[in-house]
Amino acid sequence: MGLVESGKLPKPLTQLLSLSRKYSLWVYQWGLACCAIEMGSAFASPRYDVMRLGVIPFPASPRQADLVVISGTVTDKMAPAVKRLYDQMPDPKYVISMGSCANCGGPYWDSYSVTKGVDQIIPVDVYVPGCPPRPEALLEGIVLLQERIGREDMAERWKGDPIVVG
Amino acid sequence: MTVTDSQKMAYVAAQAADARVNLQFETEDGMTLNMGPQHPATHGTLRIVAQLDGEQVVRCEPIPGYMHRGYEKLCEVRTYPQVTTLINRIDWLGSFANEVPFILAAEKLMDVEAPPRAQVIRTILFELSRLGNISLFLGDLGIQLGGITIGFYAFRDREFVLNQIEAATGGRFHPNFDRIGGLKDDLPKGWIAETHRAMDRMRRLCDEFEELVLGNEIFQARTRGIGVIPADIATSYGMSGANLRATGVDWDLRRDACPPGLSYDLADWKVWTHPDGDSYARTWVRLQEVRESTHIVDQLLDSIPAGPIMAKVPRIIKVPEGEAWVATENPLGEMGYYVVSKGDLVPFRVKIRSASFNNISVVPWVTRGVFVPDVITIMASLYFILGDIDR
Repeated sequence: MGLVESGKLPKPLTQLLSLSRKYSLWVYQWGLACCAIEMGSAFASPRYDVMRLGVIPFPASPRQADLVVISGTVTDKMAPAVKRLYDQMPDPKYVISMGSCANCGGPYWDSYSVTKGVDQIIPVDVYVPGCPPRPEALLEGIVLLQERIGREDMAERWKGDPIVVG
Repeated sequence: MTVTDSQKMAYVAAQAADARVNLQFETEDGMTLNMGPQHPATHGTLRIVAQLDGEQVVRCEPIPGYMHRGYEKLCEVRTYPQVTTLINRIDWLGSFANEVPFILAAEKLMDVEAPPRAQVIRTILFELSRLGNISLFLGDLGIQLGGITIGFYAFRDREFVLNQIEAATGGRFHPNFDRIGGLKDDLPKGWIAETHRAMDRMRRLCDEFEELVLGNEIFQARTRGIGVIPADIATSYGMSGANLRATGVDWDLRRDACPPGLSYDLADWKVWTHPDGDSYARTWVRLQEVRESTHIVDQLLDSIPAGPIMAKVPRIIKVPEGEAWVATENPLGEMGYYVVSKGDLVPFRVKIRSASFNNISVVPWVTRGVFVPDVITIMASLYFILGDIDR
């Protein structure tokens, strides 16, 4: 895979890799606060059913995951654990920040114990606003992320701006 | 890929930071098991450090604080209507139920009372949030014990309750609908008939749960006689709600000390208790509570009086000087607010008593000598919500 890292992969191969990555996203369940319940509704409820999008929400460990949904308030006490679990995920990895708290602190913007935005700790690909966002909003965030993965070139990674849903 | 020196150092530092915490629990024999702060079985971010002897727990210590968001301090810089937005998120599954005691305390200080119509609708929404909360418990308990099916069923039927809350308040999750002196809006058209149908669905979910889970041999083997909490221990740890009623104590704030502003006396209902005090009893009591709640809602829906939805309150709310304590029976247990006002736009001090913190404080006592898989059952059946513990 030295070719991938130096960005010299032939284009058809890149597209094939992107296509397969796009529809086999393993999401690590990182339920932190209120948003975790809406994430649960999106992932485990028959009404929203995320698996039809090619997302598998049940890896047992971050070492098996491609995508992590930071759903909820990240406190200063929690922040090292967030960073650590992100570091344990294998590359290529993606992050969806779900809800106002993870985006920017949300209703706790003046709290002494809340980290104002998870993007201070780890790079975020998609921001889903809302407090909490509806499950449909999270699904749209996942679809937008899949579009980006589909177009992705390994050499061009991380150069794009984050997506904001809605 | 080569590992740089800085990465290596960061890794060592992270390891060392963890080791420091674990070492406090380390002894010469035995091993320390760290669950969390991110663990599928801890409902969020509770961290449990258990010291094991073989497969048995010698000591088990919950480490809360990973979800501490500083509500009590934030309440001091928010005006009274803004506080309800914030405290919705304490127990995030029963959001509306969090608003009610605070609003009642403010009403007590201001000496206003909501009109009868608002009181009944408030009680209905209170019970709907209880249904949304405890139905998720029923599903979650199944998931913790390895039966994912009931989790899907619970999520499916919970949506019908959330639909009703959304139709009335505009918010699926955090309604922010309660106002000092009444409610924000009246009910939409057709809501009553639709809610009756949702209650039927919830009763069907209860029947399904009873057949699928309570009658299941594996479930009974893993919960009967596991995590027994006697009544005197439960009361001395300050437990409340279904956890207390499962130990045989017949105590429900809705019946025994219902604050003015909620109309539970209009309905005919029963408080369920169970003498055993084990994990099974806690589950059973909660299941009966869901059933009872649907009956309360059904009865109250048919007895909503006509009239205004809002009492006369000033546009800018200034609460006169004084102190008030109001506690209600929330889905997780007793939740109370002690509001101190200095006659300002903002409360001078708000003390929040939430149920989960007291319910979880019994964990070191109850997990002594149990096996590791039973810790999961006990935690799941005690049923806590992290926001409610850490606030």
